[in-house]
Amino acid sequence: MELVEAIILAVLAASTPLLIAATGELVTERSGVLNLGVEGMMIVGAACGFAGAWLTGSIFIGALFGIVAGTLMSLVFALMALGLAVNQVATGLALTILGVGLSGLIGAGFVGERITPALHLDIPGLTNIPLVGRVFFGEDAFVYFSLALVIGVWWFLYRTRSGLILRACGDNHVSAHALGYPVLRIRTLAVMFGGACAGLAGAYLPLAYTPFFIPGMTAGRGWIALALVVFSSWRPGRLVVGAYLFGAVTILQLHAQGWGVGIPSQLMSALPYLATVIVLVLLSRARTGGSTAPAALGTVFVPDR
Amino acid sequence: MRKSLLALTAGLLLAGSVSAASAADKLKVGFIYLGPVGDLGWTYQHELARQALVKELGDKIETTFLENVPEGPDAERSIEQLVRAGNKLIFTTSFGYMDPTLKVAKKYPNVHFEHATGYKRNPNMSTYSAKWFQGRYIQGLIAAKMSKSGVLGYIGSFPIPEVVSGINATILAAQTINPNIKVKIIWANTWFDPGKEADAAKALIDQGADVIMQHTDSPAAMQIASERGKLAFGQDSEMIKFGPKTQLTSILDTWGPYYIARVKAELDGTWKSEDSWGGLDSHMFAMAPYTNMPDDVKKIAEDAQAAITAGKLHPFKCPVLGQDGKPVECKGGANLDDGQILGMNFYVKGIDDKLPGK
Repeated sequence: MELVEAIILAVLAASTPLLIAATGELVTERSGVLNLGVEGMMIVGAACGFAGAWLTGSIFIGALFGIVAGTLMSLVFALMALGLAVNQVATGLALTILGVGLSGLIGAGFVGERITPALHLDIPGLTNIPLVGRVFFGEDAFVYFSLALVIGVWWFLYRTRSGLILRACGDNHVSAHALGYPVLRIRTLAVMFGGACAGLAGAYLPLAYTPFFIPGMTAGRGWIALALVVFSSWRPGRLVVGAYLFGAVTILQLHAQGWGVGIPSQLMSALPYLATVIVLVLLSRARTGGSTAPAALGTVFVPDR
Repeated sequence: MRKSLLALTAGLLLAGSVSAASAADKLKVGFIYLGPVGDLGWTYQHELARQALVKELGDKIETTFLENVPEGPDAERSIEQLVRAGNKLIFTTSFGYMDPTLKVAKKYPNVHFEHATGYKRNPNMSTYSAKWFQGRYIQGLIAAKMSKSGVLGYIGSFPIPEVVSGINATILAAQTINPNIKVKIIWANTWFDPGKEADAAKALIDQGADVIMQHTDSPAAMQIASERGKLAFGQDSEMIKFGPKTQLTSILDTWGPYYIARVKAELDGTWKSEDSWGGLDSHMFAMAPYTNMPDDVKKIAEDAQAAITAGKLHPFKCPVLGQDGKPVECKGGANLDDGQILGMNFYVKGIDDKLPGK
C-alpha cells in the first residue's frame, strides 16, 4: 500500500505543471487565440521563478516572479499577434525560441545553485491519515492550487457572463465586436492569463519538482500542455483527466520497467502519449460527436472602426 | 533602416577580419558544444577543458566555441562557420556530429578535426573517447558494499553499447562483493529531462533500491536520493553540491590534458589523425573523491582504481557470462576486446531484465 501511495504522490507532482500550463492555454484558446509559445513562457518562468526564490529565500515570491515573467512574455505575443495582427502560429513559435534563449541568459548566474524546495503540507490530524492523508493533505501547495485553478476556470467559463463573452470572442469575433465587446482587450487579457499560468507552471519545476535550475529543464512540457488542450476538446474537466492520465502512465511505465515487465522501454516511453490521445479522443466522441474547437481559433481579427 | 543595418553588418565583418589579421600568428582553435556551457554535465566538462587549455597555452592560441548546436545535418553549417573564421583545429564534442564533421573535414583537407565518441576517421579527422566502463566497475564495487537492501537502481538513457557496457561493468563488479545483488534498470529514453530523471529515481527508490546510479545528465536523481536519505553516484561532473551526504563518487570527464596535448601537437606540426580511447591511465576521465563511505569501502575503491590504472584489473575479464549463463566469446585473450565492448549489446548473467530491442 505504501507503494501505491508513493506512486500517486509522484503522479500528482508530475501532472501539476502540465495541468497549470494547459489550463492557461485553454483560456487563451477559448478566446480565439492560438499561442504556441507555452514552452517559451514556461522556461522563462522557470528561470525567473528560481531567481526570485534564490534571491529572496521565499518560494512564494519565486512563484510570483514566475507568474510575472510568463505574463510579460505573453504581452510580447499579444503585442505582435493582437496589436500588429501578425500570424499567431509564427509568433508563438518565435516566442518559444526567444524564451529558450532568454531563460538561458537569465538563469546563467544561477546554474548549480540550490534552494530549499516548496514544503509539503503538514496538517496535524489530516496528513497522518493512513493511505489518503498524504495524497489529499500532504503534497506541496502548487498541487492543490492547480486543482482550484481548474475549478475556478470551469466556473468562470460556464457560470459567469464574462466567461460567456470570452467564449463568444473565440467562436465569432465579428459578432462579438458587432455587439460592442472589446474583442482585442478581452483576448489580450486571456493571453496574459495563459502567460501567467505558463510562467507559474514553469516556476513549479525548479521550486518544487527538481529544486535547481538548468537551461532547457522544461524539456518539452509546454508542447505536451498544448496537445492536452486540443485532446481535451477545450473542456476543463477533460483537461484534468488528460493531465493526470498522462502523469499516471508516465510514472507507471517507469515502475513497470523497474519491475522488469519485459516490454521494450521505447514503447513504454511512448505509452503516456498514446494512452492520453486515445482516451481523450474516445471521451470527446462519446459525448459530443466531434471536435469543439473555438470557431475563430487562430484567426487574425482587425476591428473596422 | 535595412540599408543602415547592412552597413552595420559590413562594418562588423570588416572589424572582425581586421582583428583576425592582427591575431594571425596565433593558432585558432574552435569548439562545437551540444548543450549550453552551464548544463553542469557533458558540455560543462568540455568547457572546463577549454578553459584549462586557454590557461596553459593562451599566449599561443585563440579559442572560439559555439554552444547549443543541434546534432545532425544542421551542425555542418556551424562547423563550417568555424572553418571560415580561420580555426585550424576544431573539436566537435558529441556523437551526433560525426557525419557532419566528416563531411566538412573532406571539404577542407588543411584543417584538422577532433570528434568525440565517434568511430569515423579521415586523414585530417581524429576521434577520442574514454573507457568510462572502468569507472562504472569501481562504482559497482562501492554500490554492492554500501547497499543494505541488495537492490541497486540504474537510470539509463538509451540502450546503446556505451550505456549497456556501463551497466554490465557495474553488475560484474557488484557480484564480486555480493553474488546475489539485484539491479533494477529504468530507461528514461532521454539524455536530459530533469523531471523524468527525478521520477525514475523516485520509482527505483520506491521499489526498494537504496543506491542510485545514472547514465543521464542532470543532477535530479542525485537530488531525489539526497531528499530520501539514499546514496547515489554523479555523472560526467561533480554533483556533490546536490547531495553532500549522498554522492559516493562521480565519473568526471576530464578532457583538459587531451586537448592540451592535441593543441601542442598541432603547434609543433606533429598532429596526426588517430583514435584515442583512453582509460583511467590516460587521464581522459577521473573519479571524484570517494565520499560518504567507511574507510574499508574507500580502500576497496582505491585499490580497484590503482589496479585498473596499472592494467592489472580488467572489468571484462573472461569468462564473461551472458544472460543465458553461457560464456561470451573471448576475443581479447584474457578479456573481451575493445570491439566487443564498443559494440556491447547483451546483458551479463545476474540481470533479470530484457535489454530493449533484444
